[in-house]
Amino acid sequence: MLTKARIVWIGLFALLALFPLVVTTPTWTSIIMFALMYMAITTSWNMFSGYSGYVALGAACFFGTGAYTAALLAKHWNVPASGDLFWLIPLGGILAMAVALPIGLIALRVRRHTFVVITIAIFFVFQLSAINASFTGGTSGLQLPFLPWGFQDFNVPFYYLAFAMVVVATLLSAWVRQTRFGLQLMAIRDDEDRALGLGVRVWAVKLSGFVMSAFIIGCAGALYAIYQGQIYPQFVFNPLFDISVALMAFLGGFGTLAGPLLGAFVLETLQLWLTENYSSGSLYLIIFGALFLLVIIFMPQGVVVYVKDRVTKREDRERSMIADNEAQIAGAAQ
Amino acid sequence: MTFSNLVHAVIDGVLTGSVYALMATGLTLIFGVMDIINVAQGVFVILGSYLSYALSVHFGIDPFVGLLITMPTMFLVGIVVERAFIARLKGPEKTAMSILVTYAVSLVIEGALNMIFSTNPVQINNASYVNSSVHLFGMWLPFIYIYGFILASVLLGSLYFLLYRTRFGASVRASLADQTAAALVGIDVKKVSTICFGIGIAVTAAGGMIYGTTNAFNASSSYDLISRLLTIIVLGGMGSLAGALVAGVSMIILEDIVAVAWSPVWSNITFFILLVIVLSFRPQGLFGKQSARVA
Repeated sequence: MLTKARIVWIGLFALLALFPLVVTTPTWTSIIMFALMYMAITTSWNMFSGYSGYVALGAACFFGTGAYTAALLAKHWNVPASGDLFWLIPLGGILAMAVALPIGLIALRVRRHTFVVITIAIFFVFQLSAINASFTGGTSGLQLPFLPWGFQDFNVPFYYLAFAMVVVATLLSAWVRQTRFGLQLMAIRDDEDRALGLGVRVWAVKLSGFVMSAFIIGCAGALYAIYQGQIYPQFVFNPLFDISVALMAFLGGFGTLAGPLLGAFVLETLQLWLTENYSSGSLYLIIFGALFLLVIIFMPQGVVVYVKDRVTKREDRERSMIADNEAQIAGAAQ
Repeated sequence: MTFSNLVHAVIDGVLTGSVYALMATGLTLIFGVMDIINVAQGVFVILGSYLSYALSVHFGIDPFVGLLITMPTMFLVGIVVERAFIARLKGPEKTAMSILVTYAVSLVIEGALNMIFSTNPVQINNASYVNSSVHLFGMWLPFIYIYGFILASVLLGSLYFLLYRTRFGASVRASLADQTAAALVGIDVKKVSTICFGIGIAVTAAGGMIYGTTNAFNASSSYDLISRLLTIIVLGGMGSLAGALVAGVSMIILEDIVAVAWSPVWSNITFFILLVIVLSFRPQGLFGKQSARVA
């Protein structure tokens, strides 16, 4: 069924799909490609953390696992520098899910506050292992076969792969909201003890949500590795990545469908644009931090919820004004 | 590993661990009273280090004397941050939001420190006791480690006196136990929260001074610090003061032992693995109360 909201959604996605046909500057296709990657990651993260209220700060564990899977498999299977590399992307996602299972088994034993901190601790185990283990190449990282495409169109296949990830993540996230499983996740967010009392198998629901959300993040990690052609442990296992994903979701609207997409698009584009033009990492940190503090103060529930509330309030006001007018007219007539 | 190496590791661990215990106590106090996880604690420590560094290098003020300036300054910084941002957080996502808000605060401070002091690591090393040592227990101990231990012990002692022997301390402990009940018996929980946040940040000035004299640091050292401090308070049991103390000292001892027995490279990771193991058996941490507060 084509509702007004659906037309807007399809229109926005069509704009994104047409973007590289209109704008062919490699700088810009690369910026929007990264924005799309973060949109997919944040939406996927939100599918567990946003719906269940369990804020996980270890998304980089999955991202890094995906990136290392792609790099290591490309090396050991001698994948040629061609489109064949892209088959490694879903494998990155699957490996990320395999890693998410034991992490979930440990971290989900505790309630929210401690969960956040444990995900941070587990993240550091991953980062330090990647830096210190021998098979990961240590701090010098790993190289992937470099794709021999022309400079002008180099970004385009990556752009559409990232776009496909956004579409899959959004459809999945929208679908989960309507299923029994999604409702159970949101019931956990509202009141876990009550959900448990009402017969929700909270443990199984949380664990499957957590593992499911790892897939797209792992795929994005693999895509990143193939795009860069070289990965370093400090970039694929980056604490800023963990927090950025959470900030993007909160900025747009934690637990909503459109919020993470909007937050990721705005923040990632802004970040890359600032680095491109000012090349000052410190300035970006200040702007990023200050922007987030402003949002918290003025729109504590995120941009999407804020705008929605404003629209509803205006409609209510208009409706009541019409009602008032009608009452006055009716009064005058009497 | 020889026996003397082991003894050295333990003594070193106690001396350094006490400083970590001090910084972690500030963090756990804030969590216990306010349900706020202050991930900016690491960057506040570094801010404290830079304040001491600036006073010592540019004005020639001894870092220990400088604490008379830096501690009240950090206390005020804490009050301002609490009033401006933390006090606005409400509702079921309060704790999760607090992580992101304090993270945003820490990004702003990190960016500002990078701009002011550049990212080149520095160390506070122009005081005489930083580079000289004393022969004790059959080994050379730098004076600064001993002074740092004494400072941390004195501050922890005064903090315990404040919390357990004064009227204000009684209201803090009441708020730690149950905020609603504390409010009901007439405690101004808001005011107690603000002051606790101030105290929790003020101790980072002292911790930062010791950290800055014993390590070369720049703004991104805060990531290393905050990951350790969070691990310490979770291991000790979030909101437990005794837990922060015991976990702080024992974690650093363990880290030092692993560093001598195996390799410094893997000592960091032991820290986190120990946390994961302990939590698998005791999800509430060593000293945490079982479901004292339902999330």
